[in-house]
Amino acid sequence: MILAASLKFKGFFSPDVFINLLRDNAFLGVATVGMTFVILTGGIDLSVGGMIGFTSILIASLMTKHHLHPVVAIGIALAIGSGLGTSMGYVISVFELPPFLVTLAGMFLTRGLALIISPETLSIDHPWYEKISGIKLALPSVFLIVIAIGLYIAHFRPFGRAVYAIGGSENSASLMGLQVGRTKLRVYALSGFCSALAGVLYTFYMSSGDANAARGLELDAIAAVVIGGTLLSGGVGTLVGTLFGVLILGVIQTAITFQGTLSSWWTKIVIGFLLLVFILLQKAFLLRSRRDHRA
Amino acid sequence: MRARFDPSRLGRWSWALISLVLILLFDLIFTPKFFSVELRDGHYFGSLIDILNRGAPVMLIALGMTLVIATGGVDLSVGATMAIVGSIAAQVVTKSHPSVVVVLLVCLGIALLLGTWNGILVAVFKIQPIVATLILMVSGRGIAQLITDGQIISFGDKALSFIGSGYLFRVPFSITLVLVMLGLTALLTRRTAIGLFIESVGDNATASRYAGIDVRTVQLFVYAFCGFCAGVAGLVATTNMRAADANNTGLNLELDAILAVVIGGTLLTGGRFQLVGSILGALVIQALTTTILTKGVPIEYTLVVKALTVLAVCLLQSAKFRGKFRFKARVA
Repeated sequence: MILAASLKFKGFFSPDVFINLLRDNAFLGVATVGMTFVILTGGIDLSVGGMIGFTSILIASLMTKHHLHPVVAIGIALAIGSGLGTSMGYVISVFELPPFLVTLAGMFLTRGLALIISPETLSIDHPWYEKISGIKLALPSVFLIVIAIGLYIAHFRPFGRAVYAIGGSENSASLMGLQVGRTKLRVYALSGFCSALAGVLYTFYMSSGDANAARGLELDAIAAVVIGGTLLSGGVGTLVGTLFGVLILGVIQTAITFQGTLSSWWTKIVIGFLLLVFILLQKAFLLRSRRDHRA
Repeated sequence: MRARFDPSRLGRWSWALISLVLILLFDLIFTPKFFSVELRDGHYFGSLIDILNRGAPVMLIALGMTLVIATGGVDLSVGATMAIVGSIAAQVVTKSHPSVVVVLLVCLGIALLLGTWNGILVAVFKIQPIVATLILMVSGRGIAQLITDGQIISFGDKALSFIGSGYLFRVPFSITLVLVMLGLTALLTRRTAIGLFIESVGDNATASRYAGIDVRTVQLFVYAFCGFCAGVAGLVATTNMRAADANNTGLNLELDAILAVVIGGTLLTGGRFQLVGSILGALVIQALTTTILTKGVPIEYTLVVKALTVLAVCLLQSAKFRGKFRFKARVA
């Protein structure tokens, strides 16, 4: 898939563009790491976009209205984000409510709270921020580090193995003795943390907080995860795939802007169409490999 | 263990009804003029009428969404379909001047087509519903904007506008339309076998196939029907404002519709569905929003309240949750 994307390049292939690609999609990328874990268990997290908006405006208001130091503000935001994720995980795992609904409510909740904090964007004016935003490689590095940590957790820790097992078959996993409930709770807590972190990155990227930020981002995240080869039913997929998914989405966006001739609404149509193409390709590959396995 | 007060015995939609009653009670107590219905200019005005009128698009979408969810799927593209249909209606009516019937046929035809597109993706290509309808959701907005060229198009066609802003029997026509659609859907699903097929497919698609049910056709049908409902909703919403706004029409309504269906007692995993429940669910959401606005609470709080309400209703519906309280009662 990455080859197909590379073939579209023409005067595209410069390190600058690549770094910008990572930088622009850093916050989406970090959010998709959490989303991948959730989807691997067969669940879904729709609160990602709302969480980004919420954490961004929270940080912005803590810093501008309450004059807290950025580190403190970021710490609070990450804590609250993880807390919200944990609560959603609790309701999902203990009361067995469908993840779609609970995280949908979570999305409404975070958006609402964010708008209550401030319906307008708040810009952040702190020497710290200016310094870090200035470092071009700052955001991409965080993105790559998070992916690396995610990969480690997924493939080298019992938690990760439990996640894959639950996605494969919840029943089998619990019969095997895995703590399904606790693992599920943790994936949503993880996703909450990742989305909060994504919100933090967003504030660095935009040097401001915006309650309306990342509207619809959860769908971009899901698209990236799916394009990356993870099945929505869970159990199959890797973070490497997700990374590619994010990059492909980013490439599509950049390619369209590069073109310059397409108006913004054509962008949406093209994205939708390309999404379809990728998914059909995915299906074709899966069918072929399944046939080979049988033969 | 004695059977305690379990409204679910009345029907899965009873929680929605209870919620609605509670909200209206709250209004009755705290907002004196809420229930007043005045006769002005020959039609009724009042908060209650307002709820019914504004909630019409959601109720319509919820009808189609109920059937889709009953098969275990979901349709995220309804908002975009609404926008497309609205844009087409506005453009057709302003550029040429065909009769209302032609406009209706064109718009609803296109709505059916969009729904069928979703159906084909899900039933034939076996793409997961969230992803399949996501595609139309994303590109649909773009298509709608393409049709209107990014402008908000207003039109003054009286006959067409009647759908969203006209009055029948002194009450907004949209309400009558919802009732008609509800009746039609109920007839269709309860008096023919298709309702049974839908529930069966949602419960267990594989078993249904073995039992001889054409799962593909059932799926095609529900998505096409959902598209149709979205088309009607789009017409209502657009003619209500007498303008087509490709950006904002139906924005986020798909989520409200899903919430309405869930509150109404239809499980997201599919199976039995409650049409009346979904309508009640949509009313609950609309009543909530109107109550909040009437009390002067800033609109931002609507989202938080919606979230908490949905959580509350779902928890109440969950047997596990109720079980926790029964256990506590026994221990105490």
